[in-house]
Amino acid sequence: MLSILVGVLYTAGVYMLLRRSILKFIIGIIFMSNATNLLVFISAGLVAGKPAFVNGATTNVSQLADPMPQALVLTAIVIGLGMAVFILALKYKYFEVTGTDDLDQLKQTDSQK
Amino acid sequence: MNIVALPLLIPFALAISLLLFRSPTIGRWVGPLGSFAIFIVSLYLFSNLQTNGILTLNMGGWDAPFGIVLVIDYLSALMLVVSSLILVVVSLFALRFLTDDIPLNRFYFFFFTLAMGMNGAFITGDVFNLYVWFEVMLISSFVLITMGKKKEQLEGGIKYLALNLIGSFLFLAGLGLLYGKTGTLNMAHLAEILRNDNQAVLMNTSGILFFVAFGIKAAIFPLYFWLPASYHTPNITITTLFAGLLTKVGVYTFIRFFTLFFVQDQPFWHNLLLITAGFTMVIGGMAAASYYETRRILSYHIISQIGYMIMGLGIFTPLAIAGAVFFTLHNMIAKTGAFVASGMIAKIKGTYQLKEIGGLYKDNPLLAVLFIIPAFALAGIPPLSGFFAKFMLIKAGFENGNYIITAVALLTGILTLYSMIKIWNEAFLKKQPDNQAGKVDVKLAWPDYLPLTILATASVLMGIFAASVFSYTMEAANQLIEPSHYINSVLKNKMP
Repeated sequence: MLSILVGVLYTAGVYMLLRRSILKFIIGIIFMSNATNLLVFISAGLVAGKPAFVNGATTNVSQLADPMPQALVLTAIVIGLGMAVFILALKYKYFEVTGTDDLDQLKQTDSQK
Repeated sequence: MNIVALPLLIPFALAISLLLFRSPTIGRWVGPLGSFAIFIVSLYLFSNLQTNGILTLNMGGWDAPFGIVLVIDYLSALMLVVSSLILVVVSLFALRFLTDDIPLNRFYFFFFTLAMGMNGAFITGDVFNLYVWFEVMLISSFVLITMGKKKEQLEGGIKYLALNLIGSFLFLAGLGLLYGKTGTLNMAHLAEILRNDNQAVLMNTSGILFFVAFGIKAAIFPLYFWLPASYHTPNITITTLFAGLLTKVGVYTFIRFFTLFFVQDQPFWHNLLLITAGFTMVIGGMAAASYYETRRILSYHIISQIGYMIMGLGIFTPLAIAGAVFFTLHNMIAKTGAFVASGMIAKIKGTYQLKEIGGLYKDNPLLAVLFIIPAFALAGIPPLSGFFAKFMLIKAGFENGNYIITAVALLTGILTLYSMIKIWNEAFLKKQPDNQAGKVDVKLAWPDYLPLTILATASVLMGIFAASVFSYTMEAANQLIEPSHYINSVLKNKMP
């Protein structure tokens, strides 16, 4: 189930990345970021209904979920959030300066001069 | 060995201190002196490495492979020393060349966080930790590139940010799959598991995700478009900092990953690396030849030179790896030098357009001499550093029978020489164009020459003492090709 969700999120992310509006592009970035987080989470193997910590009484490893991917994803979510905030602020500043939301206007720095 | 963490702690402490003390006079001192402190620590770590062997530190007291481990081997140490030299130079350069719209303290704050991220990427022994340091480095560079808040800078910033973010996602995805397959993220542990593994094809999925992710960071052939679109927009100080350091971190991770644990299915990877290397060299070199703006020429030229480093990795003999490391070190110095020189030309003349300037050789012979050293080093003219780097790579290529890529490398050398001679002819030799004759040149004071003098001296010294630099890079290559020493020092935790 989750793997299908990852696929859908990646598809939606790529679709949004290819749109002309900068805002939709940013939404695409956020989709991709979440898809990647979920991918990391499930690729390490999901264990349903088990705690991820050792309480001293548990001796059998198979009764525990792997805490590592959870820690990784937590870090990745925080980083992704920071990046999303920064890119939104950048977009706002760009809109203030130029008044456009069109990715096709981003030609200046590639022009032959 | 707690000193191993110093390359991370010093920039962190300096960045925090810049937040606490906001006076510009303090920033003026903290910037260069702090960078110099990082340089001294790197040199100390390097000499320590020579006497004691590979240095490791288990962060937080957790033993490898469970905790995060910091490792300094020859490759990390060499990169640390040269990159901190670049930091010193750029911090001096910033004092004189930052424009008024960028506050000095704010620049140095992000300068040190960038330094922290970069040093972290060089010395970490854990894949996820590497990802975190990459993000530290990236977010600092995002802020730096958009600092002037002008239209082109914001536009360049969006392009830079978009492609690099996608690169980060691919990196994270590759890392997740790698963890799913092996159950560890410690590099030495990965190396031990994957080197004894015979299901090579399974690793290629994560391998290719890492390849694309690092390819975006290092700006190799089909993935380089963010670099020329953004590098010429910010202040020249920031461009110089990026040009000298950022792409080389990508190259470093390439060398680390593809020698340490992605060593299965070698024919596939080496062919892929060699083909992209060839295209990177030629296309970067040709694009550089078509521009008449110094920063754009030099930006495309960065891409062209990345090709040589990847070529060394693709040939994969000890000599070739040593050549790639030598080339990376030489390129950090010489490339930074070329950008510093272009900044000085622009300060004198007020423009980066080669068509509008000229006559600098007559007016300022000192700058001409200082420019010609990094330019000739980049073109690979003996006895400067670039000659030995290219010689090692080409010799390795012939010895290993990779004739096509070696021929491409030799021919690209001509393109490099062409673009350097173009800058030389246009800016220094030809007369000042008539329509610009009324313009008054800005006079440079002696501190303006200091950064470029340091770099030119470093480049010459690296050429003169090529034998000892060669032996260090050979040592680095041997450690990379035969990583049992690396694995043992991390996993058995034999504290030196």
